This record gives sequence, C-alpha cells and structure tokens, in this order.
Amino acid sequence: MKVGIPSEISPNELRVAATPKTVKRLQKQGFEVYIQHNAGIKANFSDKDFEEAGAKIVQTPADIYGKSDIVLKVKEPSMEEVDLMREGLVMLSYLWPAQNQPLLQKLADKKVNAIAMDAIPRISRAQKMDVLSSMANIAGYRAVIEGSYHFGRFLNGQITAAGKVEPAKVLVIGAGVAGLAALGAANSLGAIVRAFDTRKEVAEQIQSMGGEFLTVEIEEDGATSSGYSKEMSKEFIEAEMKLFLEQAKEVDIVITTAQIPGRPAPKLWLDYHVAAMKPGSVIVDLAASTGGNCVDTKNGEVYTTPNGVTIVGKLNQLPSQASQLYGNNLCHLLDDMGKAEKWKIDMEDAVVSRAMVTHNGKINWPPAPLPVSPTAGGGAKKVAAPTAEEVKISDAEKSKKAATSMVIRLALVGALLLVVGKFAPAEFIQHFTVFILAVFVGWQLITNVAHSLHTPLMAVTNAISGIIVVGGLLQTTDDIMNPMTILAFIAILVASINIVGGFVVTHRMLKMFKK
Amino acid sequence: MFIAKEIQTAAYLFASILFILSLGGLSSQESAKRGVLYGIVGMIVAIIATVLGEGVSGQVYIIVAIAIASAIGLMLARKVEMTAMPQLVAILHSFVGLAAVLVGFGSYLDPHTHTLTGAAHSIHLWEVFIGVFIGAITFTGSIIAWGKLEGKVRSKALMYPGRHAVNIVLMITCVVLGVLYAQQEGTGGMLHLGIMTAIACFIGIMLVMAIGGGDMPVVVSMLNSYSGWAASAAGFMLGNDLLIVTGALVGSSGAILSIHMCHAMNRSFFSVILGGFGNAPASKGEAKVIEGEVTALNHEEVAGLLKEAKSVVIVPGYGMAVAKAQYPIYDMVQYMRKAGKNVRFAIHPVAGRLPGHMNVLLAEANVPYDIVMEMDEINDDMPDTDVVMVIGANDVVNPSAKDDPASSIYGMPVIEAWKAEKVIIMKRSMSAGYSGEDNPLFYKSNSEMLYGDAKDSVEKILSFLKA
Repeated sequence: MKVGIPSEISPNELRVAATPKTVKRLQKQGFEVYIQHNAGIKANFSDKDFEEAGAKIVQTPADIYGKSDIVLKVKEPSMEEVDLMREGLVMLSYLWPAQNQPLLQKLADKKVNAIAMDAIPRISRAQKMDVLSSMANIAGYRAVIEGSYHFGRFLNGQITAAGKVEPAKVLVIGAGVAGLAALGAANSLGAIVRAFDTRKEVAEQIQSMGGEFLTVEIEEDGATSSGYSKEMSKEFIEAEMKLFLEQAKEVDIVITTAQIPGRPAPKLWLDYHVAAMKPGSVIVDLAASTGGNCVDTKNGEVYTTPNGVTIVGKLNQLPSQASQLYGNNLCHLLDDMGKAEKWKIDMEDAVVSRAMVTHNGKINWPPAPLPVSPTAGGGAKKVAAPTAEEVKISDAEKSKKAATSMVIRLALVGALLLVVGKFAPAEFIQHFTVFILAVFVGWQLITNVAHSLHTPLMAVTNAISGIIVVGGLLQTTDDIMNPMTILAFIAILVASINIVGGFVVTHRMLKMFKK
Repeated sequence: MFIAKEIQTAAYLFASILFILSLGGLSSQESAKRGVLYGIVGMIVAIIATVLGEGVSGQVYIIVAIAIASAIGLMLARKVEMTAMPQLVAILHSFVGLAAVLVGFGSYLDPHTHTLTGAAHSIHLWEVFIGVFIGAITFTGSIIAWGKLEGKVRSKALMYPGRHAVNIVLMITCVVLGVLYAQQEGTGGMLHLGIMTAIACFIGIMLVMAIGGGDMPVVVSMLNSYSGWAASAAGFMLGNDLLIVTGALVGSSGAILSIHMCHAMNRSFFSVILGGFGNAPASKGEAKVIEGEVTALNHEEVAGLLKEAKSVVIVPGYGMAVAKAQYPIYDMVQYMRKAGKNVRFAIHPVAGRLPGHMNVLLAEANVPYDIVMEMDEINDDMPDTDVVMVIGANDVVNPSAKDDPASSIYGMPVIEAWKAEKVIIMKRSMSAGYSGEDNPLFYKSNSEMLYGDAKDSVEKILSFLKA
C-alpha cells in the first residue's frame, strides 16, 4: 500500500506529517512512502533526509493525491486539494469537523474516507494517537519560553552581589495538557506558578507539577464525562473574574489555555484584567486561533498594549519537534488499523468509528458520545465481540434451553405445593407462603452486592439471624426451675451475644471504608 | 401491660421490612451504614414487640440474659482484631445454631405442644426435629470452622475412606429416629431427639472437617445460610412469622453469597455444601513436573526493582492479614505513588479467609478503594506491569490453575501475576498454600522470592526505598 505526504500549502503551517524517522516506521509497517518535493523544508527536513530514510520524492500534489492509498496531512485540506483526491482515498489530518461542514460535505461527495486526527476520542487506548495532547504539550512548553522572552526579567529569584531579584509569578488558566506542560516548564525555570481550573479533580495534577491550585469559594465542579470541562454558572464566573482581577495585579506572566472543542474560546481575561496588570507583564494566549481567551488578543500577532502589557497571539510551533510527535501519532493510528498487511477500516472500533468523519460517501459526524473519566484507572478496553449473528444464534439456543428447564422446574414446584396444600393444615400453608416469599426476597437482595462488602454483609446477616432470640423470649416462664425456662434463658443469652456482637462488628468494619 | 396481637403483628411486619432494607443497604458502600442502622432498629422493634406480647412471662430473666449478653457481645466485637474477623463471624454463627437447638428442645417440652392433635401435631413435631437438626449442624460446624481459622484445628481436609457412606448411614439413622420420635406420646421422644442431636452434631463436625482451609470463605458463608434456615425452622415450630421471614432472608442470602464465591473459585456449589472437596482426590492425569529454580532476593534488591518500576501491582493474601502488614504496605504504596509510580492492589475474590477479607483490611489501613482493583479489572494490565508484589498470597496466583489439568485448583480463575515483567513473592517459607498445591510461579525465571514476615519485610523495603 502507498502512503503519500503532500507539502502543506498554508504559509503559516510549518509542520509536515512525516519525518525521516516516521518514514522508516511506516516502511516497517509495510507501507511504501511517497513524499512531495520540499514537503519537510519548513520543519528542517530536506528531501535528501527523506530519500535516505527510504521515501520516494514526487513533484506535484496531484501525484500524491492521485496515486496514494493513504494520505497523511497536518492542516485540513483546502477545497482545491480535495479536488485532487481520488475516490476511496484514506486521508488523515486535522479537520475540525464541527467548524468545517462544507469541507466534510465535499470530502463525502468525493468518497474520501477522512480521519480527523483532532476527533480521536480521549480514551486510554487512544492516548498514543491523541494529537491534541501531543501538540498541546509543545504549545504549553513554548508558551513559557516565549512569554519569558517577551518578559524582561529573570523567571527565578536570585540574590546576587548586584542586588536581589524577585522571582516571576506565572498564572496558568486551564490545567489541561498544555496548561500542565506550561506549569512544569515555568516551574523548572524557577518561577512561582499558580493555576486555575474549573475542574476540582485536577488540583492534584497541578500540585504534582509544582503549581499552586487556585480556586473560588463556590462548590461547583466543571468536570464532565467527556474529559473536557463544562460551562459554569453565573455566580461561579463572577467569583472567577474577581479572583482573576486580584491575580492580574500580582502576576507577571499569564498563560491561558482554555478551549472548548468546536466552539470559540471562552473569554476569561477581560479588558479590566489587562488594564490592572503591571507594565512589562506578558499574556500568552494559546487559544488565539479560536478567538483567544483574552479579549485583546490578536490572532497571529504579538503586540504591546498602551499600558505596557505584551499580548502574544502567535507561537512558534517548534515544527521539527511537532512534526516528529504528530508523525508518531499517525504511525500509531495506522498501526492500530492493521498496518499494510491487515489494513482494515473497522467501524466497530471505538477510535476509528469516532475519528472517521466521512466514510463511503457518508458524513459520520457528530459521533456517538463516549464517556471517559480521567480518574478511572483502567480506561476503556477493546472488546473482541463475536459477530451479531453468532450472538443471536447462541442466545436463541440458550433461551430455548432455559425456557424448557424453567417449565420443568415450575411443574415440579407446583406439584410439590399441591401435595403440601392437600395434607397440611391451613396455618402451616400460611407460614409456608411467607417462608417461600422471604426466600425469594433474600435471593434478589443479595444478587448485586459489591464484592468488597461481602464480609460486612455476612456479619450483618449473622446479627440478624440472632432473631432466633424471639424463640427464647416466647418460651421463658416465671419459674426459673422449669427446664424450659433454663433452656430459653441460655438461648436468649447466646442469641443476644450474636446480635450485639454482629452489629457492633459490622459497624466497626463499615467505619473503615472510605473513598 | 400486654400489647394486642394486632399491634404485635404490625410491629413484626415493620421489623421484617427493616431487615429487608438492612440487607439491601449492605449492597453498596454508600448505603451500608444506613443498612446497619435499619438492622439494629428492626431488632429492637422485634424484641420489644415480642416481650410485650401476650403470654410472655419471666421478663426479669429475659432482661438479665440480654444484659449479660450485650456486655459480652460488645466486649467481643470491640476487642477483636480486624484480622481475626473470620473467626469471630464463625463463632457467632455457632451461637445461633446453639440457640436453635435450645429453642427446639424448649418447644418440645412446652406442654402446649402436646395439646395439638392430628396433622398439626405431627407437623409440629417434625418442625422441632428439623429445627434441632439444622441447629446442631450449624453449632458444631461453626465451632470447627472457628477452630480451623484460629489454627486450633488442622486446616487440611480430613478424609477417611467410606466417609460418604458413613454420612448416608447417619442421615438414615436420623430419619428413622425421627419416625420413631414422632410416634411417641407426650415428651416420650426426648431420648430419640437427644440421640439425633448428638448425631447431627457429629455430622456438623465431619462436614467441616472434610473441607480444606482454602475453602473456608465458602464454608463460613454456607454456615451463615444454615443459621438462617435454623432460625426459620424455629419460626415454623413457634408459628412465628417474623422468625420465618427473617430466617429465610438470611438463609437465602447466605446461600447466594456462597454460590457467588463458588463461581469465583470454579467449584460446584453442591460439592461444597456436602463437604470434602478441599483436596480434590481425583487427579486427571500426571501432575506437571515443575521446572526451574527458585531464586531469592534481599530487601535492598527488591527496593531497587521497585525504584526502577513505573507500574506496580500488589497482590495481598492471607499472609498480609497474619502479619498485619496492611499499614506498612500502604505507607510504601503512598511513597511510591508520590514518586509518580502507578501502584495498585489486585484482589482475588477469595483471597483471605472470608469473602472481601482483603478489602476490609486495606480499608482499615485507609487505602482508598479506587486503587483497589478486582481480579478481572487488572488481569488485562498484567503484561504492561513492571513489578507484581505477591504478599502472602499463594493459590490465587498459581499458574497451575490455568495450565495443569492435574491440579486440584485447575480451572479456578487466578491473578495472572506471571505475565508481568518481574514477580516478587514475599513468603515465610517455601511451604504450599492452603490448597496444598505446589506453586510453579515460584520457579519461573521472572519471579524472585523474598523470605520473611511480610510486615517486617515491607518496612525494610520502605527504608531502602527512602534511602
């Protein structure tokens, strides 16, 4: 199978979808690799490097789009590029499907099977293909480097013969991958680092990167099942803005990273925040491309406001590094899809079915929601499910068998009850009815008990079985010399030990269980 | 100051509902504490309603008995170590059994019993007989289970030839005694009842003696079920619906709990109930010859391995309980987690001597339950795990269960520790596990032994980790 890598046509896009290293990997996976002339030049990879790695150089984009089975790209293709694509081509690139409906339609019309790398679900198994994470990591690091460049002072505090230098204070808004990377980088440069996030669960992660977790005094958690944060209430946002205003007076560098997939970035750093900042301070807005978290951000520009605050709306992408990571993400995905040998577009697969936004002429967007929790240890597992057909057949057989045995059993039970009913006195039947019903209740109650609770459950049922004390109570008489009373006395004694002991010990056990 | 029959019935109904809520509450962590409260209230309602009921006398004795018992019960429950929980539960079961026997005899002596006639009379006699029979088995069986757990009775399954035949003969004898006893006038059947009780006690002893220590969790749960049935039988003989309902609840819930556990061990429920399968006698084919060599490490080397590891899984077993190692283990886990390692616990459903035993111990040491995984959750992660620490567990990590059909535990799901990069087995000696099976895991090339008391060893490892 042929894998083609075209040059990126956007002048701002410095990355390339393959590097000499990933070309080698692709070949190991069994693909033939074709790359357009000078595709890697902006990321410092020459044609010679690619040739040495085993790729074949072709001259025009038409050669790539017309002859490859799989095309690897970085930025979403332009309409003109789509025109060049052949039917059945598999294309991997950023697509931003939520914002690019016309493009999706066009891809579907051309029967291109497009995989949106930005739509890879955030589940454990797909982490190695998650380009948003790998790119955010770079952005977070670079935000600190560029912020520090525009900031005219040391980041770390020093006491020197020439005087004392205060450490810089860095505020990171949004502790996602980019935010955490920024925290780590700023911390290692010696700055005092703080971070804000609406999701309470990230407090620990922030602290682990050496940052201080800032929060507002309102009980509201922004975590959602998708791993992204949700929008917060009005009260919460007011409190948040107040907190930011206090911070604005104090901090030297602000790095904002808040983005909502498929939507403009939320405005978090307003004009009065900018106005409150000290001259010389810096704002690095990583959400600039989706409108910016700061109201004054200009996408693609670095400028200084009248009160001396530098706002960075453009970051160097570290194209060589970024291309390498992006290329690795692509390799992992191709690996997961069976490499060249067992190549298969498996729409049952949790990752492919969500990222494959156009398939056989149909638009597959938005995908079915896939809940993930970043705190859950295991993560989603791929289940090797038997085909629907097989399941149906075996189910049908099973239910047939179950039905037969059920009928036999019911008949037996019915016959037994008839016999009992015929010979036993009415009072017994009444007790017997109660007994059978209680057996079923007990059976149903316990079926779903959590494994970790087996011991407490046993202790409590044990305590309850001490109900036999009632038997003793009913048999006690006023005459202590009566053998019946003596027996009853001992029965009450031992059964009560059981009751008290059982309950107390269960209580003790449960007290220890905590999350 | 008697209360009317109707009010008593209503109170009984209320108590029954509370007991149902109590058991239901125990099925999740959140509602468990409420469940216990329901149970306590239900019990108090039941006792008060009974004592105030018509025809109850001797209240002084009742109060004295309950007061003494409460003091003893409180003391027992407060004093007991969490590691000795299984023993306590077992001995408490025996009390219920004993009470059932006494109530049965009491009911037989009750002059009121013998005013009954016809079918009602014979049914009542049989109710007494069956109640005493179940009670006696529960009583002695629980005592033996307690002895085995406490280490006072040899834990190995006691087998003698023809033991099934003996049991059948004993059962038939009981039935014959029952028939003779039912024909006696007045309390003339006392002797028959007494002999039957002795035989039932013997059956109870033999039943549990024949079960190996490794299956004790199932036995305890099964005896729990028996104690419920005994209470239910007492309810029949006294015509008391509360006893019937509550006993049946306990009986059936205990039974299903046992079945759950048998599934976890791949055992047949009936072979457990009937006893004597702990050491499966029938071996299918030649036992595999174990190849390889046992190699041992010292504490410092283990600490070195842990320092290198990114992902660590701890498999605790009864050895951890014995050594009370859960506290230092959690200290070690916290230390490693702070260092950024992924450290988790893997719990086998039958680890320990009671279902959920390990969970209780880890909870005691404040281990958060989201890092405590069940076997099924963690087995898939084993190949990606750097180090597995097996602390005082043996049969639950035995690869024979997977690949040696001759093994008595063949087919039981186990934690696949051997798939990890490195396995460290902390053990006191090379002796076999409770099932008596040798463990080929110890001989694998990626496993290393660390001999010594678990608590002591963990403390030493932790000091090397910190060094």
